[in-house]
Amino acid sequence: MIPNVAPAPADSTATPALAPAGTPGKAALTRFSRHRLFASPGAVAGLIWLAAIVAASLTAPLWLPFRTEDQDFTAVLSGPTAAHWLGTDELGRDILSRIFAAAAGTLGTSMITVLVGVGLGTILAMAAAGAGDRAEAVISRVTEVMMSLPGTVIILAVIGAVGTNIPLIMAILGVLISAGIYRVMLGQAKSLQSQLYVDAAKVDGMGALGISLRHVFPGLVNTIVVQAALIFAVGMLIQAGLAFIGFGPPIPEPSWGGMIQGASQHVYDAPWMMVPTGVVLALTVLAANAIGNALGKAPNAAASHLPSAAARRQRAKAVSAAGAADAPDGLAKGLLSVRNLSVGVDNGVRLVTDVSFDVEQGTVLGLVGESGCGKTMTALALLGLLPSGVSAADGRILWNGMNLAAATDKEMEGIRGRDIALISQEPMRALDPMFTVGYQLTATIRRLRGMGRNASRAEALSLLEKVGIVDAAGILKTYPHQISGGMAQRVAIALALAGKPRLLVADEPTTALDVTVQAEILSLLRGLVKETGMSVVMVTHDLGVVADICDQVAVMYAGQVVENGRTADILDDPRHPYTLALLAADPHANHTDMPERLATIQGQVPQPKDWPSGCRFAARCQFAGSACLAPVPLLSSGTGSGLVRCVKADELAVEGLDWVATDVAPHRLLDLTPEQLNVTEKDLA
Amino acid sequence: MSIETPARPGTTTAPMLAVKDLVVRYGRGRKAAASPAAVDGVSFDIAPGETVGLVGESGSGKSTIGKAILGLQKVSGGSIAYQGTDITAAGPGQRRALGGELRAVFQDPNSSLNPRNTVGASLMEPLKLRGAAAAEARSKAEDMLERVGLPRDAVDRYPSQFSGGQRQRISVARALICDPKLVVCDEAVSALDLSTQAQVLNLLADLRDERGLSYLFIAHDIAVVRFLAERVVVLYRGQVMENGPADEVTGNPRHPFTQALVAASPVPRPAEQAARREARESLGIRTGAAATPAPGGCPFRLRCPLATDLCRDERPALRRVGGADVACHYA
Repeated sequence: MIPNVAPAPADSTATPALAPAGTPGKAALTRFSRHRLFASPGAVAGLIWLAAIVAASLTAPLWLPFRTEDQDFTAVLSGPTAAHWLGTDELGRDILSRIFAAAAGTLGTSMITVLVGVGLGTILAMAAAGAGDRAEAVISRVTEVMMSLPGTVIILAVIGAVGTNIPLIMAILGVLISAGIYRVMLGQAKSLQSQLYVDAAKVDGMGALGISLRHVFPGLVNTIVVQAALIFAVGMLIQAGLAFIGFGPPIPEPSWGGMIQGASQHVYDAPWMMVPTGVVLALTVLAANAIGNALGKAPNAAASHLPSAAARRQRAKAVSAAGAADAPDGLAKGLLSVRNLSVGVDNGVRLVTDVSFDVEQGTVLGLVGESGCGKTMTALALLGLLPSGVSAADGRILWNGMNLAAATDKEMEGIRGRDIALISQEPMRALDPMFTVGYQLTATIRRLRGMGRNASRAEALSLLEKVGIVDAAGILKTYPHQISGGMAQRVAIALALAGKPRLLVADEPTTALDVTVQAEILSLLRGLVKETGMSVVMVTHDLGVVADICDQVAVMYAGQVVENGRTADILDDPRHPYTLALLAADPHANHTDMPERLATIQGQVPQPKDWPSGCRFAARCQFAGSACLAPVPLLSSGTGSGLVRCVKADELAVEGLDWVATDVAPHRLLDLTPEQLNVTEKDLA
Repeated sequence: MSIETPARPGTTTAPMLAVKDLVVRYGRGRKAAASPAAVDGVSFDIAPGETVGLVGESGSGKSTIGKAILGLQKVSGGSIAYQGTDITAAGPGQRRALGGELRAVFQDPNSSLNPRNTVGASLMEPLKLRGAAAAEARSKAEDMLERVGLPRDAVDRYPSQFSGGQRQRISVARALICDPKLVVCDEAVSALDLSTQAQVLNLLADLRDERGLSYLFIAHDIAVVRFLAERVVVLYRGQVMENGPADEVTGNPRHPFTQALVAASPVPRPAEQAARREARESLGIRTGAAATPAPGGCPFRLRCPLATDLCRDERPALRRVGGADVACHYA
């Protein structure tokens, strides 16, 4: 619906089809995460640090100036010197050598915690998600018990029983941590299990293990990597802590925790001794955390879609200047007049161009077209509710003599809800699940109308009755999840009516409802229009809904109005080939004698960046000719009352052509090359 | 595990799929027994080469029936037989042994393909599960993509690089890649725009004619069902209200609920739609009330203009009225 601007969720299963078509798909996932790592300077530094530590400690025997147990009694407790770069400890042992000799062991044993903890947690989560409710309940109970165990006590008990076997202790720590990892992974594993492609694999006869490995595990990899980085840091800290209280590796063997403990005893006479080990430990933990953070960050979180405040002010000024140039006065009250409206992303791509229509008081205008044609963007522009990064770039939206396209946020706040209200496709989104229907309705009424508690309650009851709810008092006490979709849409309409709006913008208000409920909601809206005299802008893809309720209709294609006029004229006698084609493709239009095959329009709606300068439908139109390569204005057609954006409209009307089911590319029917059809505005500019 | 060979005499006339007295309850144990069944004693057959449409409102149990047939939903009672073989409780092994004859196309083109796998990997998965060689599977996948109107090189691309309609074509290709006999289409075109919906519907019709497929076509839109189906089964609250030839059920509905459903489906011709609206309002169908009817009796009685005490006391059995079977005391 909203091209280009919606930030994709971290686990993007529904990337819009906007992905650059030329991207080679090879190893997209790894490239993706690598890219994210390199976007964060902290993570880059962390990677370099960890790589350096690992490389240095693995090669330590080759280059270390001293062995770990070499004692230099000439330089006990010394600071950095030429011989001992990082100084020495109380026995004159070289600190640099000891740090790097200990590094491999510390990092390696922390890795044991990571492998056991994350591995076990992931396996448990995948098993619980895949094996059904009962198995999940058992595993969840077991992990709850594990999480309630006092970890420190268990580890100390193990040390008491088997001594300071560091790998074993770190493995047990991993088991204890796995319960937490399980909690993190379970929700994600379950959501992956409920994907339709998992159902498809089950239909194929793929077993539970195959599904876990092929379809669930790859989806968890990202989380696994993030958790691994964080647990790695935890493991290091706990290991250092254990060594500090004396449960580190046996004595002459160096460990970071043990070295810090040693240094702590000389903190007054040789404070330097604490510094090198402490810094190395802190930096290593920080590095692991930085990498984890960078990997866990949502891919788009860093990129802001919001334009700078200055840019927004400047644009608002430009639009209002354009609007002021020829602001007509004496516009009828209650008339909405949209003139040459363009809506664009801030990088310059237009999503809606040059849209004009009027909505007279007490009438219903339908904005109809396929997804990606800009109908929702146009509707949201009327309310000043365009998504961030998208704005009205040109043209005017005149409402009661005011240009809404140039209105400030503050001015729009005064208009929204009071003058112009919205009902959306998902009624549940208009309702807050935390509050009762009654609370939400009365709060809205009090805010918009300044009524008292009792008056607003009476008004809420009368609004609910107005939208056809029989048991209004009962519904006031319910929570949104307790009522059906049709009932929720009625409540949402009541909410929209709370401010006595003069214009209702309805964005696909019946698309999510059953047809019998849709018919009732349409009847309700029709009655409300008649009763209150408000106007409605109805966004829909359903030509049947248009026929049912709209007085006027504007057919949109690729961000433009291609045909505009009285509903009866346009649906009974379409002039634009796109309208003709939509009607031919609609199975509802053919209910008396269903054809063997439906007419189709080959190809799909072009992306905003690919719109040609000529007719945007030409590439899919069976009637297209060379005249269609030039920009086409919206003109009144010879005999009809409406406007149409087609150079061949009159010719087609005379010939009475039908849209035929064709899968033959139009450029083969006509003497046009694909290149000719794809001349873009950029090329012409 | 291997499936029994359906060697009984008379298998030639046996239906492709026979659903008998199917009951599905959600939940477990006592809670499930107390709650109304999502699917409550549904029976229908699909003949070889026949397309049956399953239509109803949300919550009518139509998708649950599809899931039960595909083995994605546990069945509480009744039976499902595929070509004479009982598959009511078939496990993964038996499903695999069906040889890909029973396939599915789902509603949401966004989630029916794994976004992390290439289109080719998704298409080849069912073939590889049956031990096909990689090269053979790949060429088959390319052929299938070409058949559904996509370029052969789509195998190496990811689902996110295709539009919703193209992804649904890929889902169709995936369903048909192992030469199925029966395809369950669960709201397969509901998420698509008009022009792409028409393309996919035509494709399904073409493939059916080419390969003699049977479809169970589940949809909420009776006009879409009418286009593809030869027979239509109308569901309400988990029960069959009407079952008959598509022309009969949609052109001359006998059950009050079917009448309401047909009348509520709007047509894009303003004058005709105004007449239909009046006709619908004169039917006197009551609003889908929040109240759930008590078990027993006709599930539609609270909304039905014809309802009497008989409808409260006795569940109407399906009986032949005109060309269709109708579950109404007064049809």
